[in-house]
Amino acid sequence: MFGDYSISDLGAILAMQGFAGLILFSVYVLMALGLAIIFGQMGVINMAHGEFMILGAYVTWMTSNAVQHVAPSLFPGYFFIAMILAFIAAGALGMLVEWALIRHLYKRPLDTLLATWGLSLILQQAYRSIFGAREVGVELPEWMMGSWQATDAIQIPINGMFVMALTILITIVVFYILFWSSWGKQVRAVVQNRVMAGAVGINTEKVDRYTFGLGCGIAGIAGSAFTMIGSTGPTAGQLYIVDTFLVVVFGGAASLFGTIASAFSISQTQSTLEFFLSGSMAKVITLLTIVGILMVRPQGLFALKVRK
Amino acid sequence: MSDETKPGLKSPLRRKLLMGMAALPAVSMLGRPAFADVPATSAVNTTGLAVTDSEVTVGILHSVTGTMAISETGSVEAEKLAIEQINAAGGVLGRKIKFIQEDGASDWPTFAEKAKKLLVNDKCAAVMGCWTSASRKAVLPVFEQYNGMLYYPTFYEGLEQSKNVIYTGQEATQQIIAGLDWVNKTKGAKSFYLLGSDYIWPRTSNKIARKHIENHLQGCKVVGEEYFPLGSTQFNSVINKIKLTKPDVIYAIIVGGSNVAFYKQLKAAGIDLSKQTLLTISVTEDEIDGIGGENIAGAYACMKYFQSLDNPNNKAFVPAFKKMWGEKTVIGDVTQAAYLGPWLWKLTVEKAGSFDIDKIAAASPGVEFKGAPEGYVRIHENHHLWSKTRVGRAKADGQYELIYETADLVEPDPFPKGYQ
Repeated sequence: MFGDYSISDLGAILAMQGFAGLILFSVYVLMALGLAIIFGQMGVINMAHGEFMILGAYVTWMTSNAVQHVAPSLFPGYFFIAMILAFIAAGALGMLVEWALIRHLYKRPLDTLLATWGLSLILQQAYRSIFGAREVGVELPEWMMGSWQATDAIQIPINGMFVMALTILITIVVFYILFWSSWGKQVRAVVQNRVMAGAVGINTEKVDRYTFGLGCGIAGIAGSAFTMIGSTGPTAGQLYIVDTFLVVVFGGAASLFGTIASAFSISQTQSTLEFFLSGSMAKVITLLTIVGILMVRPQGLFALKVRK
Repeated sequence: MSDETKPGLKSPLRRKLLMGMAALPAVSMLGRPAFADVPATSAVNTTGLAVTDSEVTVGILHSVTGTMAISETGSVEAEKLAIEQINAAGGVLGRKIKFIQEDGASDWPTFAEKAKKLLVNDKCAAVMGCWTSASRKAVLPVFEQYNGMLYYPTFYEGLEQSKNVIYTGQEATQQIIAGLDWVNKTKGAKSFYLLGSDYIWPRTSNKIARKHIENHLQGCKVVGEEYFPLGSTQFNSVINKIKLTKPDVIYAIIVGGSNVAFYKQLKAAGIDLSKQTLLTISVTEDEIDGIGGENIAGAYACMKYFQSLDNPNNKAFVPAFKKMWGEKTVIGDVTQAAYLGPWLWKLTVEKAGSFDIDKIAAASPGVEFKGAPEGYVRIHENHHLWSKTRVGRAKADGQYELIYETADLVEPDPFPKGYQ
């Protein structure tokens, strides 16, 4: 396959392919973080995760339209405003959903699957009624499109680097919140022993609500960022949900480190295989490998040792 | 046989309406007084279809909910417009068209069930519907069993022909061969990279494309062929492969949300479509709405219709469509093909002088529609349409600019010899 190409050509492709893998890694981490918090920390199987992402995408679209009409000069920087708004909108909807639906189901984790699946259908139809059945095109500022010419032959997509930077930032923030802040300690306490946490004076209901809101808010940011690389339509969230669950489950449901490790291994496998095989075959082999590993290690790559 | 026999129709308003519709595809009515005699229902409907002295019922069967709603919305809109225009022009054999709309909900068994309902309960004289091949395959046995008539609008992979279906979109060879010939001749393209979503239409189409490239184009070769699962959103790896192999033409048949991801990432990776030739058969104006014109500007698409076509029929059609469905709506290839459905049915019924399905099926070959927005179409013996193949180039405003069209109508060939 490589007989006809020069060494420098191959080197350039190798570098670009490395970046392609890292970008895919960032995308996976970004879409899985919110779910990892909700599924991992709270045990809620949130099938509507993709719809929260798309809410973020629609918020971005609306912000872009609004900024273009009201203050066109701000357009180059609107994306940052849009991401904050997406976080607020998705987080607020998440807290509302937790209050109205999820909190009644904490003792019945499998039922959360059905309830949130129903919710995802409701949200899809709501988007369709509000924004129309067709996809909408989110216009991006000029500086976010195109590529950065590292050398003559190596081009790195700017939006890919943007997603990488964003992923690193959000991961750091999430880790800070969960592992260093006092609120994070409360969250982990509730996860480990709800009754005991309540007994020492932690408002478990409030912790639950904010945790769920945080997870959904991060999904909103992810959705907003993905307008750069994917489509925005009522059912576009469905495109992400399978990969998202795959990353979280493979990593070990209760471990954020696991989520990152699994996103890394899946993305690298996928992007390397995609380069040597066709897209569909790469997916098949990746999935088979994951199934194989999960058969040996049903708890995923990393699992907390919890006394059951 | 003149207007005098029907006093009610002498009203100036009616006349004005008729005059005003000169721009409409009303050709078939010009030759005779359309309202003068309404044939007796018993004579034109011998099989118990939903036809009365003043009304005839047809069905519209598309997905307005679920994943496919994105694509099928345009078809529903076009069919409703056509029905409204036909009614304003006097209806079919003097009868107004009433439509019953059912939702296939992007679910193939639901399509079959609703098709049965439209045929058995509602006795629809014709059904305009379906979009994906999967939905068409699901309803086909129903239409054949209960002897209904389906007008199917989408360009598709071919390999099918039924007495009970009129295919108003292109079958694969009509969409592929002329486009490849064009890109080979005018761009001097020798190497092709074939891409597609992983299901029957892209695979069959690429198979035809590959055969044509390897067997019929001098010195041309396929340097890569790849498929991605429906809904894939990551194309960076394949884009790197394209950079490595440097094909003259990227031939892309990617559909749905993947489309948006593909073109955005192609642009982000620094592939400039004004320099790299890309030919697609899956991106209409509808899809560009989601992709964003600035991301796909410069790409070539091979279709039979573009919204920007400059002919009198289209100049009347586009404003009428926008007036009914909003200034911002765009019209893609399939939307136009869906618009043909009700008109072709009307013309066929009038040619047959009957609503009976068997008579329509027999009368269909040779029916011509001179008012088609794409120009002119004629139904072939195999129930597909003779139509021209066109190549357009995407502009940043989301419209295509016509670059090339075949001189003659291209014959539909759903079972192409040497291409399977």
